Amino acid sequence: MKKRVPLLITFITGFIVIVSFFVPHRPFGALETETLIWYSIILGFTLLIGVDSLVRLHTRQIRRKKKGWWYSIVFFAGFFYCLTIGIISLIRTPNPFQPGTVFFYGYETILIPLQSTMFALLAFFVASASYRAFRARNLDATLLLITAVIVMIGRVPAGHKLWTRLPGIANWVFDVLQMGPMRGIMIGVALGAVAMSLRLILGIERTYLS
Amino acid sequence: MLEILSVWIAGGLTLCIFSFLYGDNPVYKFAEHLYVGFSAAYWLIYVWHFTIKQMVINPIAARDPGAWMLIIPLFFGFLMLSRWLPEKYSWISRWSIAFTVGIGAGLVTIGQIQGLLLPQLRATILPLATGKWTTNINNFIIIIGTTTTLTYFYFSRKDTGIMSRFSRIGIAFIMIALGAAFGYTVMARVSLLIGRMVFILGNWFHIVKPL
Repeated sequence: MKKRVPLLITFITGFIVIVSFFVPHRPFGALETETLIWYSIILGFTLLIGVDSLVRLHTRQIRRKKKGWWYSIVFFAGFFYCLTIGIISLIRTPNPFQPGTVFFYGYETILIPLQSTMFALLAFFVASASYRAFRARNLDATLLLITAVIVMIGRVPAGHKLWTRLPGIANWVFDVLQMGPMRGIMIGVALGAVAMSLRLILGIERTYLS
Repeated sequence: MLEILSVWIAGGLTLCIFSFLYGDNPVYKFAEHLYVGFSAAYWLIYVWHFTIKQMVINPIAARDPGAWMLIIPLFFGFLMLSRWLPEKYSWISRWSIAFTVGIGAGLVTIGQIQGLLLPQLRATILPLATGKWTTNINNFIIIIGTTTTLTYFYFSRKDTGIMSRFSRIGIAFIMIALGAAFGYTVMARVSLLIGRMVFILGNWFHIVKPL
């Protein structure tokens, strides 16, 4: 029951999804789209488990007064504030995600600046990492350095001012030079993903059950 | 008034995150925890509205002909919640995991072959005598780049002789691709940084013209 039933479930569902692609008739025809919906619904339930775990962790932090416990209060403040405005918007409007709702206001005021600044922060770390990594120590590192510089400078107005042909070269690097290896990598990724999926369906790969 | 308040909150939170450049500090941690809490609740609302309401409640309420089939994902969804039960029963959640793994594996098998593998192979089979020498050279470079990269990732044979030379060229091509990807990533991050700077200096302090 603990091992065999899950393996059987994986095999049957995986097999049905594959068959539905090759048999575009009832009852298999619409199954591919239908399973995607099922997938989203089950993932919705997993989110509940994730949020529950997060809430338990921060509750524990506050209860035990661990170091930095007051940050957990900030977590709850953000959590309940968003939940409250979300529920209010759900009750008041048919779509809380549309501009003009209190939920959208919170999203625009809190989540967007925090999220985009988090990602923008990476620009500094990428710059410091590249300073250390971009030392033309051998041919490979030199190739990496030259390509990155061409792409970076060639795609901004300063690059055009520097040398009018630079944007054209940057485009050529993107459209031709890096296209081949990227295709090779993508073909490799696709082959690896298919092999792994077949291993899962056939029950050879069982690590997800541990 | 509400707009001014919004700009001040957003600007303040932006500076809180940027304060990390000085080092890990309480102001950054405040913004970080607020971000985690807010986004956790945001995704709950998102899943409720776009998944549970639109994919489950609405079809059942409208009595769609295929709505009865929703019993399957709901059944496995509730089984997933068995993780909250004592260890004696929590193993039942494996059934839901197995179900999602099965669906995912099936979709990946088809999706990768149809959406990635075959289109990429098809796009690599390029003509080398088009009548335009620049196109011929470009196509040749793409074919060589793809084949040598694949040779580099071919681990089933010992890397000696002609294979070794091919994979050496493959490494050079991979470095070029990684350099281009790196450059592109840096550009994207810098673009976000410019966006935040324009927000602070334009929308908040009115020093520059806001976008």
